[in-house]
Amino acid sequence: MSDALTTVAVAMFAGAVRVSTPFLFVSLGECLTEKSGRINLGLEGTLVFGAMSAYAISYLSGSPWVGVLAAGLAGSMFGALHGAICRLPKVSDIAIGIAMMLFGTGFAFFLGKGFIQPTAPRLQAIDLGFLVSDPQMKVALQINPLFFIGLALAVVMWWGFANTRIGLVVRMTGDSATTARAMGVSVDLVRFFATTAGGFLAGVGGAFLSLFYPGSWNEGLSSGQGLMAVALVIFSRWNPIACVGAALLFGAAGALGPALQSVGISQGYHFFNAAPHILTLAIMIATSSSKRSLKGAPGELSITK
Amino acid sequence: MTAESATPVRGRTSDPEAARIRLLTAIEAVIVPVGAVALAAALFSVFLLTLGKSPATFFELLWRGGFGTAFSWQNTLIRTAPLIFTALCVAIPARLGLMVIGGEGALVIGGFAAAVVALPVMGVLPAWIVTPLMFVAAALAGAVWIGFVGWLRHVRAVNETIASLLMFYIAVAILNFFVEGPLRSPADPNKPSTTPLDPGLMVGSIPGMDVHWGLVVGVVVAILAHLLMSRTTFGFAARVTGGNVRAARAQGLPVGRLMVAACALAGATAGVAGYFEVAAVLGKANASLIAGYGFTGILVSFLARHNPLAIPPVAVLFGGLAAAGGLIQRRMGLPDASVQVLQGLIFLIILVSETIYGRVPFLTAEKRR
Repeated sequence: MSDALTTVAVAMFAGAVRVSTPFLFVSLGECLTEKSGRINLGLEGTLVFGAMSAYAISYLSGSPWVGVLAAGLAGSMFGALHGAICRLPKVSDIAIGIAMMLFGTGFAFFLGKGFIQPTAPRLQAIDLGFLVSDPQMKVALQINPLFFIGLALAVVMWWGFANTRIGLVVRMTGDSATTARAMGVSVDLVRFFATTAGGFLAGVGGAFLSLFYPGSWNEGLSSGQGLMAVALVIFSRWNPIACVGAALLFGAAGALGPALQSVGISQGYHFFNAAPHILTLAIMIATSSSKRSLKGAPGELSITK
Repeated sequence: MTAESATPVRGRTSDPEAARIRLLTAIEAVIVPVGAVALAAALFSVFLLTLGKSPATFFELLWRGGFGTAFSWQNTLIRTAPLIFTALCVAIPARLGLMVIGGEGALVIGGFAAAVVALPVMGVLPAWIVTPLMFVAAALAGAVWIGFVGWLRHVRAVNETIASLLMFYIAVAILNFFVEGPLRSPADPNKPSTTPLDPGLMVGSIPGMDVHWGLVVGVVVAILAHLLMSRTTFGFAARVTGGNVRAARAQGLPVGRLMVAACALAGATAGVAGYFEVAAVLGKANASLIAGYGFTGILVSFLARHNPLAIPPVAVLFGGLAAAGGLIQRRMGLPDASVQVLQGLIFLIILVSETIYGRVPFLTAEKRR
């Protein structure tokens, strides 16, 4: 029994690291966008489109890292489109996000039809297995470089929001558009760039899905990770460092189903696979409140008003 | 939010000036969406041209597959019924400023509930008892499903857009768990499904056409929703809340209860869509319930500007688009997602067109005069 428990625990640790990476990138992207006072619910579409373009470009060019870059660029196009449309008067950023979600996934399925069959070169993991002797842990410590890039990025963003001019401008725009205008900052422009950069990160998150884990392109690749990442940002109180912890937690929840299956528990695996969704909902219920506004929430954000 | 009342000028005055403004507003409400759809079609044509496909063939096939023959009309109308219901699931909460996008989940749960309540009593009780039972179970399940989302919004301020979509994934898990597990029928070895319904429980066709009664019920429910929103105290309170929550609270309106009630009603409509899918189309509950009607319904509602009376005609349009998808795919060698791309484009441009209202040059000049 304890053997099975260890297996599940190790599998969940490995899964947490593996599954969390797309969550991490999307949530960092969304964090940046939301800090500027706008919400992009369309990152689910961006994630799927990023996954498709990464796989296609990796296949065509033979280099997975070119694929990652292509996914980022495709993602930033989606972000730029969102950012450009939302500056128009009377247009709701939430509704545009929903539209972008449907458009992005549809467009990805359309262009990606021909890339379901071929095998693209995948990203290589960094093997940290030499640190441990346990064979299971050796497998678990094959970690993708994108995970470390995500960690570094979270630290940079956390530091940057507090200590750089750009970070301050973004936060000011998000907290009070009037103040930003009074300071001579173009609110629309800041939000446009924040959404574009957010889209870039979400696209890279998608690249991880198709190029590392699960590591193939098909139409059922993402099951709402992009949307859960949005909820995750709220849970993290718009703090990039907290996003890392939340992403790992969600990753572990996502790894629950496969981990239990690996020790032969398959009864109710549909529910285990829905664990991240249930967890997200539970966390949203537990941490929201109708009595007070959320601590750390950008003042201009439409979702918390 | 885009959910403000679509017709700013309301009143039963006989003042010719007011009547003229009402007429202009109505004209605006028609030409802006029509223009937006035309623009989306034009952009999609450009997209097809860059792929070396003929837009003319595309739209011709779309016409033929959706509206060209009696058979294609039938296909279209069968898809129209669930779209009317799922669009209402978006439109009713939208009047209160809530953006519920999880209608697909309520449809799935409603269809599942209808199939489940029929299982033990099928063949035991007469059909005239079981059929209403299934209908009510579906509506109730949907109402609880989306009503829960509204309740979360009320008591915990949980964002309803994200919560309702998460609930969709949970609905799918519930359906798959039972259909592939405890409730799986041995009759269907290939596709896990519940035990097929007795033929006596299946919903019949409207006389003269091969379309089930769900279409008629859908149109009736849309009209009822319109009356509810425009002629009752509940509808008035809902519109006030959608216009300005703080003003509604200051007036002492029970905003929270209104939200829960609107969400429950919305969920009930989507649940009924599930009932008709099970009892008129599939004959059992299985994964085919997850056909995307809930997501297309979002688009239908936005194109209808959340106006219940405009929903049935718009649903026909998108029913036709869905019906023609297969034909387009076979004849032009396009992926089945091409319809999704067109839908996405229409959705985006419809939303962008929101910015035009009140700024159409010749209409606005007239109004100001």
